[in-house]
Amino acid sequence: MEVPPTLALASVSKSFGAVRALHEVSLQLFAGEAHALAGENGAGKSTLVKILAGVHRPDGGQIVLDGEPVRWNGPADAQRAGVAVIYQEPTLFPDLSVAENIFMGRRPRLRFGRIDRRTTNAEAAKLFTRLGVTLDPGQPARGLSIADQQLVEIAKALSGDARVLIMDEPTAALSGNEVARLFSVVTALREHGCAVLFISHRLDEIFTLCQRVTILRDGAWVASEPAAALTPEDLVRRMVGRDLSTLYPRRETVPGEVALTVERLTREGVFTDVSFQVRRGEIVALAGLVGAGRTEVARAIFGIDRWDAGTVRVDGRRLPPASPSAAMAAGLALVPEDRRQQGLVMEMSIERNIGLTGLAALRRGPVISRTAERDRARDWAIRLQLKFARLTDAVNVLSGGNQQKVVLAKWLATEPAVLIVDEPTRGIDVGTKAEVHRLLSELAGRGIAILMISSDLPEVLGMADRVLVMHEGRLAAEIPREAATEESVMSAATGRTAA
Amino acid sequence: MAADLPRTVSRFLRWDVLITALLVAVFLGGAATSPDFTGAGNLSFALGDLGEIALIALAMTLLVVAAEVDLSVASVLGMSSALLGALWDAGWAIETIIPLVVAVGAVCGLVNGLLVTRLGLPSLAVTIGTLALYRGLAYVILGDRAVAEFPQQYVSLAVDTVPGTPIPYPVAIFVVLAVITGVVLHATGLGRALFAIGAQRDAAFFAGIRVNRIKLVLFVVAGTVAAFAGVVYTLRYGSARADNGLGIELAVIAAVLLGGVDFDGGKGTLAGVVAGVLLIGIVRNLLMLGDVATEIQSIVTGLLLIISVLTPRLMAVVRERRRPPRLEGTAP
Repeated sequence: MEVPPTLALASVSKSFGAVRALHEVSLQLFAGEAHALAGENGAGKSTLVKILAGVHRPDGGQIVLDGEPVRWNGPADAQRAGVAVIYQEPTLFPDLSVAENIFMGRRPRLRFGRIDRRTTNAEAAKLFTRLGVTLDPGQPARGLSIADQQLVEIAKALSGDARVLIMDEPTAALSGNEVARLFSVVTALREHGCAVLFISHRLDEIFTLCQRVTILRDGAWVASEPAAALTPEDLVRRMVGRDLSTLYPRRETVPGEVALTVERLTREGVFTDVSFQVRRGEIVALAGLVGAGRTEVARAIFGIDRWDAGTVRVDGRRLPPASPSAAMAAGLALVPEDRRQQGLVMEMSIERNIGLTGLAALRRGPVISRTAERDRARDWAIRLQLKFARLTDAVNVLSGGNQQKVVLAKWLATEPAVLIVDEPTRGIDVGTKAEVHRLLSELAGRGIAILMISSDLPEVLGMADRVLVMHEGRLAAEIPREAATEESVMSAATGRTAA
Repeated sequence: MAADLPRTVSRFLRWDVLITALLVAVFLGGAATSPDFTGAGNLSFALGDLGEIALIALAMTLLVVAAEVDLSVASVLGMSSALLGALWDAGWAIETIIPLVVAVGAVCGLVNGLLVTRLGLPSLAVTIGTLALYRGLAYVILGDRAVAEFPQQYVSLAVDTVPGTPIPYPVAIFVVLAVITGVVLHATGLGRALFAIGAQRDAAFFAGIRVNRIKLVLFVVAGTVAAFAGVVYTLRYGSARADNGLGIELAVIAAVLLGGVDFDGGKGTLAGVVAGVLLIGIVRNLLMLGDVATEIQSIVTGLLLIISVLTPRLMAVVRERRRPPRLEGTAP
C-alpha cells in the first residue's frame, strides 16, 4: 500500500487584492525526502511557505496532512500539526539562553512557576547530540552566528516533534562550512523520517540536498520532477521560460560620452571590486538575486553609505565618499528601492515632495518661492501624467504607481546627467509600468545615462543595452544586449558561469 | 455634498484653532475671576515672567519638528547664570561676560549635538544626561552662593518696558525672534528640510538634505538661546544662582506640545507654539495670583503636558474614522 505524503497542497490558490500570488498549485512532501522549491523572485515561493506555516489561509484548494484535509486558523495550528519553519533570519530572543529559546513557552517548570534550568539545559544538550552539533545550551542567544541560530531553531522544531521542516533560503547568509554543517543536519533529519521543503536560489545546493524539485513560475505550478531527471540548465529554463510582453519600447541607441565611471568600488563584506561605466544615452541594467549587493552599490555611488576603496566619477569628476548632496551637485539622481521610507515623505504634499530636491533652486532671496515650488511640481506632474486631485494633497493618498511618478518627478526635476533607478516598477500596476518604461527610454534618448537595478528579468532584457550581473557582491558578468537571455542572466546570477 | 461635512469638522478640529480658543477662554475666565489679572502691571509682569520660557520654546520648536529634543536647556540657563555671577564677582566687565556666557551656551549645545549626530544616540537620553551634567557644573562654578548687584542699566534692560507699551524688552526680543523663527520654519528651505527630517528622516537624507549638519546647528542654537535666556533671567531677578530656572524645560516642552508640535516630529506651526506659550504663561500667572502652592503649579504643568500629547492622538483617531475609504489600495 502506498504511504500518503506527510503534508500536501492540492490545487491551492491565493490572491492579495487583485494580485494573484498562487494559482492551483499542488505539492507533495514525503517522509524521508528533501524537496526543493524553485522559482524566480515573485514566483510565489514565499506565499506557499506562509500557507504551509499557517500564516495565510488558501482561497481555494486544500492542505492535506497524512491524507486527511485540514484547516489551519493560524501558525499555532500548523505547529501543532508538526510543521516547523526556519526563516532566513532566525527570530530568537537575544537575552534568553539557547536552552530557554528552545523550550520557549513550554519549559519544564518547578513549583511556584520557577523554571528548572538544569533540566532544560540537559534536554537541549540531548537535542544537539541528536543533531550532531556542539553548542552550549547555557549561553545567551545574543552573539550566536546566523548559522548557529538556525541550528537552535531546528533544535526548537525537533523538541516540538516536527515532522515537516520548511527552510526558506536558510543558506543565504551562511559560509561554505556552515552550509555543509547545515546540510549534514538536514540529511540526518531526513533519514530519521522528516519531510523537508528547501528553498534556495543556489542551484548547486538544490542538486546536492534534494531528491525532488517543484518549479513555480508567476504563481503557477510548472513541474514536479525527481532531481536526478533534471539538469541545471533545464531547471533554469523552466523557472524563467515565459514570453516577453510588449511592455518594452524598442529604441535605437547611440551611446555618447562616458557619464558614470565606477572603479574597483569596495565596501567590505558587502561588495568587492565593482567596476563599470555608463554612457550618455545608454540604459545599463544591474541584475542579480536579492542580496547580491546591487542596491548597496547604488547607495554607495550616491553617497548614502561610505565605501572602503575605489572611485566614482561623474563626467570625469571624482565624487567625495558619503555625500548625497555632492553626488546631486555632480548630476547624480537616485530613485531608491523603498518608495515609502526613502523616496517620499509620505505625509507631505505632492508639491513639497517634488520641491525637496531643489530647495536651493526654489529660493528667491532667503525664502522659498511658493509659485516656483508649485510650477515645478505642476510641470512635472503634467509631463509624467500624474493622477492627482490637488498638488497640496499628501502623497500617501496616491496609488503606488502615482507615488512612484512623484519620486521620478522629484529627481527628474534636478535634471540629472546620471539617473540610477532601483526597482523602478516594483509593486505598481502594468499600465504605469509601461509608462515608466517609455519614460526611461525617452530620457535615455535625450542623453541621460541610466543605471537600472531590477529583479524583473523581462524588464532587464526588454530595457537594457547592456546587462551587468552581480553574484555575491561581485560583478559576475557583463552581457551585451544581443547575448542577454533569461538563461544567460540567471546562470550568471546564480553563480553557474564565471565572467 | 456629504463629503464637505467631515472637512468642515476636521477644520474645527485643527489643533491651533482649538488652542487659540482655549487661550481666549482661559484669558476671559481669568479676567472674570481675578480682579488683579487684567491690570496693566500684572500683564506686563506676566509677560516678563514668561520671557525665558518663550525664548527657549522657539529653539525647542525647531528641534521637536526635526524629531529631536533638548532637555538640558534649563540646566544651560542655570550654568550661564552661575558663570555670569562668578565672573562678575571676580571683577570682569559685564560687556565681556555676556558674550562669553552665550558662547559657552553654544558649546553646551554643540556637545549635545555631537553626541546625537556623531554617535547616533537618542537626544532624549543624551540631554537627560547633560541636564544633570550642566546643572552640576553650575554648582561647581558658583556653589550655593548668590551673586547680586549687577549694573543698573543692564538690569533695566531686562525689567523695563519698551517706552509707551506694557511690553518688557525681553518680550520685544521674543517677538522679533518669533517672527524670524516663523519665517525660517514655514518659508525657507531649511524649514522644509526640518519637516522632512522629522517626518521621514531617510527620505530627507536620500533627497540630499544634510540631516546631521542641520541637527547639529539646531542643538547649538538651542544652547545659545538657553544661555542668553540665562543672562536675561539673572538680570531680571538681579540674582545669579546655580539653581536658576530649575525645571523650566518642562514648561518649555509643554508650551511647544500644547502649541500642536508633534513630539514624533514633522508636524507643527509656530503660531500654535506662540499660543501654547501664552497659555502656559497665563495659567502660571493665574495660579500665582491665586496663591496656589508651587506643588500644585507643578501638577498643572504636568497635566497640561500629558493633555497636549494625548489630545492630538485622540483627534487623529476621530479624523481617521471620518475619512472616506481610499479608492486605490496597493497590493501587499
